[in-house]
Amino acid sequence: MKNLSAWERITIARSQNRLKALDLIPHLFDHFVELHGDRLYGDDRALVGGLASFEGQAVTVLAQSKGRNLDENLSCNFGMLHPEGYRKAMRLAKQAEKFKRPIITIIDTAGAYPGKEAEERGQAEAIAQCLKLFSQIKVPVIALVLSEGGSGGALALSVANKIYMFENAVYSILSPEGFASILWKDETRAKEAAELMECTAFDLQAKGFIDRIIEEAELGLESDPLFSIVQIKDAIRQDLNVLHKMKLNVMLEHRYQKFRKLGSHL
Amino acid sequence: MNQPFHKRKERLNLFQTLFGKKKNIKVTSSEMNIEMCPKCSTAIESQTLKQQNFVCLQCNHHFPMRAYDRIDAHFDAGSFIEIYAKANSNHLDSFPDYLNKLTKYQKQSDLNEAVVVGTALIANQKVAVAIMDSRFMMGSMGQIVGEKITRIIELADRRHYPLIIFTASGGARMQEGILSLVQMAKTSAALERFHQNNGLYISILTHPTTGGVSASFAMLGDIIIAEPKALIGFAGRRVIEKTLQEQLPDDFQSAEFLKAKGFVDKIVHRNALRTFLIQVLKLHNLEVKA
Repeated sequence: MKNLSAWERITIARSQNRLKALDLIPHLFDHFVELHGDRLYGDDRALVGGLASFEGQAVTVLAQSKGRNLDENLSCNFGMLHPEGYRKAMRLAKQAEKFKRPIITIIDTAGAYPGKEAEERGQAEAIAQCLKLFSQIKVPVIALVLSEGGSGGALALSVANKIYMFENAVYSILSPEGFASILWKDETRAKEAAELMECTAFDLQAKGFIDRIIEEAELGLESDPLFSIVQIKDAIRQDLNVLHKMKLNVMLEHRYQKFRKLGSHL
Repeated sequence: MNQPFHKRKERLNLFQTLFGKKKNIKVTSSEMNIEMCPKCSTAIESQTLKQQNFVCLQCNHHFPMRAYDRIDAHFDAGSFIEIYAKANSNHLDSFPDYLNKLTKYQKQSDLNEAVVVGTALIANQKVAVAIMDSRFMMGSMGQIVGEKITRIIELADRRHYPLIIFTASGGARMQEGILSLVQMAKTSAALERFHQNNGLYISILTHPTTGGVSASFAMLGDIIIAEPKALIGFAGRRVIEKTLQEQLPDDFQSAEFLKAKGFVDKIVHRNALRTFLIQVLKLHNLEVKA
């Protein structure tokens, strides 16, 4: 694994040619069938969800999706979800629970969309309900942080039994730009802020938030995606195997405790 | 020897403030404490303001309220039993200047952290309560705030008490990074267990309730109440205006706006809140002697 600064990792994570969820899904799963809409308002393209097979086992996939080019980005709002994206995720999670399919989420968002309509349709409520629902959904949940995990908008889909994170992905309470702007009233000091924020996979593993780090190929993730895909598949196989063997209440307690114990000393 | 001049200056200050020539809202003189309503400029004597539950009776502006004043205003006198009062975040000072900030807020307020939790009686009904105080670092939620709220939810769950949370927060506390952010998940998960055990949770959103607190326990009440004109939302107004390059209407993200959009059950005037809570508790088949 390479020794890079947090800012260098952020630059890699945000680069346009970085692998996107839509590139990753066909590598990880077979027969992906996309399902659309939240049944309430619309279909948020920033959240791609559906059914698929993972090595012969049915799973539900919920992926935050950034575009691979400008057209795709305009359609998926640069990966920033509206409330209907979170509500689509909840609808499909309940469906997964009904048919006893494990849920695999892919996290890749700068944050929930800060827009007028998003507020009008209850961005806060949608995220809160997601956090609440996923904490007790009765099937195993595994989250994979692909490149950017920004704030509550990413956390909403991270309430999982296991969280994996790519070596060069970052996950933080707000963007380094926002951080610098609040702390020093100067957005241009983002690079400096990044080093203070403890937002890399290694920082977050040390804090107990991340369970596994997925290594990226020496010349970059895109140069050899299979190098990483193999690790993810091995991890999902092993972890699902363990989670499936647990009694339901034990599996739910496992997920509850993962979050319950974070920052729990008074 | 200075005293006559000092008194004269005090009186001059008071005069200038009352006639809008000085900006500071609070006037202290040896004779009386006067506060000005920031909305309608009515001068209100501090003692009177407290008796009015920090509401201006001219224009109904709800002043920000200290956690302990809320306890006095809404719960049976002397019934509040605080727990985890001493818990503070001072040992988490890994972030530059964080400890300085914490100690500054601790000195300024009568608080160790941004939330006060405990049990209280309301018309003799035992309830679990958490009251956030925006004076302490914008009411931001770090590990201690998240843990205290989680523990009071768990206590309500174990003892089958109704749960009442007053929110006032700018969101998750950035100095504590990811461990602040995950408090959103931790508190929401505890509420889901409480919910599955049929616990009653009333959340009362006060000014301001934004960011990570609005996107977790604030929005998860069985009944969601807001104080009039309170600012409630996920993203900050300036962030949205910058993203959209447009000005937002004045009432955007107000309590009234959220009610119109269907995200708040009721807006309750602070002076009617106690009666309202007693009524709701009664209707949940709990023995309440009003």
